[in-house]
Amino acid sequence: MALTKLDQLYRAVILDHSQHPRRRGVLDKATTQIELKNPTCGDVIQVQLTVEDDKITDVRFDGSGCTISMASASMMTDTILNKSVDEALMLVNEFSEVVQGNKPEHEQALGDAMMLAGVSKFPARIKCATLSWKALEKALGSDGTGVDGQLTHD
Amino acid sequence: MTVPYEHLREDFKILQQHVNDEPLVYLDNAATTQKPEAVLKALETYYHTSNANVHRGVHTLAERATTQYEGAREKVRRFINAPSTAEVLFTRGTTTSLNWVARSLGDLIIEEGDEIVISFMEHHSNIIPWQQLAKRKGAKLKYIELTDDGKLDMDDAREKITEQTKIVSLVHVSNVLGVVNPIRELTDYVHDKGGVMVVDGAQAVPHMPVDVQALDADFYAFSGHKMMAPTGIGVLYGKRKWLEKMEPLEFGGEMIDFVELQDSTWKELPWKFEAGTPNIAGAIGLGAAIDYLENIGMREIMNHEQNLVAYLMPKLEEIEGLTLFGPKKASDRTGVISFNIDGVHPHDVATAMDMEGVAVRAGHHCAQPLMNYLNQPATARASFYLYNTVAEADKFVDALKATKEFFLHGLD
Repeated sequence: MALTKLDQLYRAVILDHSQHPRRRGVLDKATTQIELKNPTCGDVIQVQLTVEDDKITDVRFDGSGCTISMASASMMTDTILNKSVDEALMLVNEFSEVVQGNKPEHEQALGDAMMLAGVSKFPARIKCATLSWKALEKALGSDGTGVDGQLTHD
Repeated sequence: MTVPYEHLREDFKILQQHVNDEPLVYLDNAATTQKPEAVLKALETYYHTSNANVHRGVHTLAERATTQYEGAREKVRRFINAPSTAEVLFTRGTTTSLNWVARSLGDLIIEEGDEIVISFMEHHSNIIPWQQLAKRKGAKLKYIELTDDGKLDMDDAREKITEQTKIVSLVHVSNVLGVVNPIRELTDYVHDKGGVMVVDGAQAVPHMPVDVQALDADFYAFSGHKMMAPTGIGVLYGKRKWLEKMEPLEFGGEMIDFVELQDSTWKELPWKFEAGTPNIAGAIGLGAAIDYLENIGMREIMNHEQNLVAYLMPKLEEIEGLTLFGPKKASDRTGVISFNIDGVHPHDVATAMDMEGVAVRAGHHCAQPLMNYLNQPATARASFYLYNTVAEADKFVDALKATKEFFLHGLD
């Protein structure tokens, strides 16, 4: 049956992250937070970070979206926790390459997020995978001074 | 049981293909419809034999193009039973049609403090032009509530539409709920209160007989591409008494009578609104689409879709965890079916269905206020048309069940 092809996209580990997301919730004391929407599908994501001495010491996400966007957000928190701001920004770029079907330089550092490589075969779903990473990038771009707003994900 | 429409499918080459190794089941007709060979042939013949600019040449091709373009207008007039072709304007589509009314009629009759009434089931193209008008003029935009089964709340309609209401603009058939609204009843009420009735007919004209005189609407808008014509052509019907008073929104060639240095005069209706070279081929394609639909019969088409819905509804209602939006009774609706599977995001549903060859839409369907009203971030939507078959309806149900199983329990 044709649904077997879905396994390329919905690997068990992705379904697991989606059904049991890591670090979903709200931080008591975030240094930076951001909300990002994907207007074409109605997905909303909030990302909160605690950045201390240029290091991401805590992270939470919340929001609503499809399996891919929620799993990706959960994986993103795994990947960037305890990384420096520069490392996290580098990983955002690496992840963007992965979901476009390119090979990253730091496969190991991406961890579970590598499982989303299959998204490249489903072009309509790439934005679902990148939403939380874009949110992270915007939040880090604020230089930790704290932003709170709604940005359009393009 | 439904009429055997399988033979019609030969007219649509695009439907005879496989998608993801499965036969294509195209159920996104509320977004756009496929085009029969007759429409494609009409475009080709026009470009092979008659292409020229309209209304501005004495040579033979110019005359042919003009005759065919205006012939298409006459076909539209007859199709919707407008009193005269002067009241049939060609536009880019429903969105342009509604923007024209909101801008030109709005400038003519809306003043500060006036009310404009729409509903919670409107498409963005029947919300934002009115929002903008209300902001421009300091008018108030009011929304009619819906009943639990996704119909317009008529009691609330009677409450919201008052003597201060200058314009009421409502959808004839909802692109999410599939519900058919009682336009004539509403029009009478609006007229009693002294208002103007505007109707978004984008999801109605392709699927059922529409008679603008029987509806008595002051304006009626629809798109060609949702009724088998090419994209980029649409219609605005308006009563002559309003169109004559309204100012055109675009100025230039084609729409003028005399041009002097400091002032100009406009052509008569309908041309005063049609500045520049129009979408001639699109209009001719729309004419060919109307011929195709009329040859089958709009009542037949409506019956076919209602039969499909009547066949499908009980099967869908049996699926545990499936939420259906809009009225359950087939006679209250068209072939638009919006749904959600508990615990599965509609985008995941649409991707999974696509793997089975079934094309459905997922998202907010350009109706964010309605999504909020239904308390859903998004829905999945299957929308049927005259070339869809019972076998496809069965395939849709099977794919839906398989999708639900996949996400809730994984593959065996």
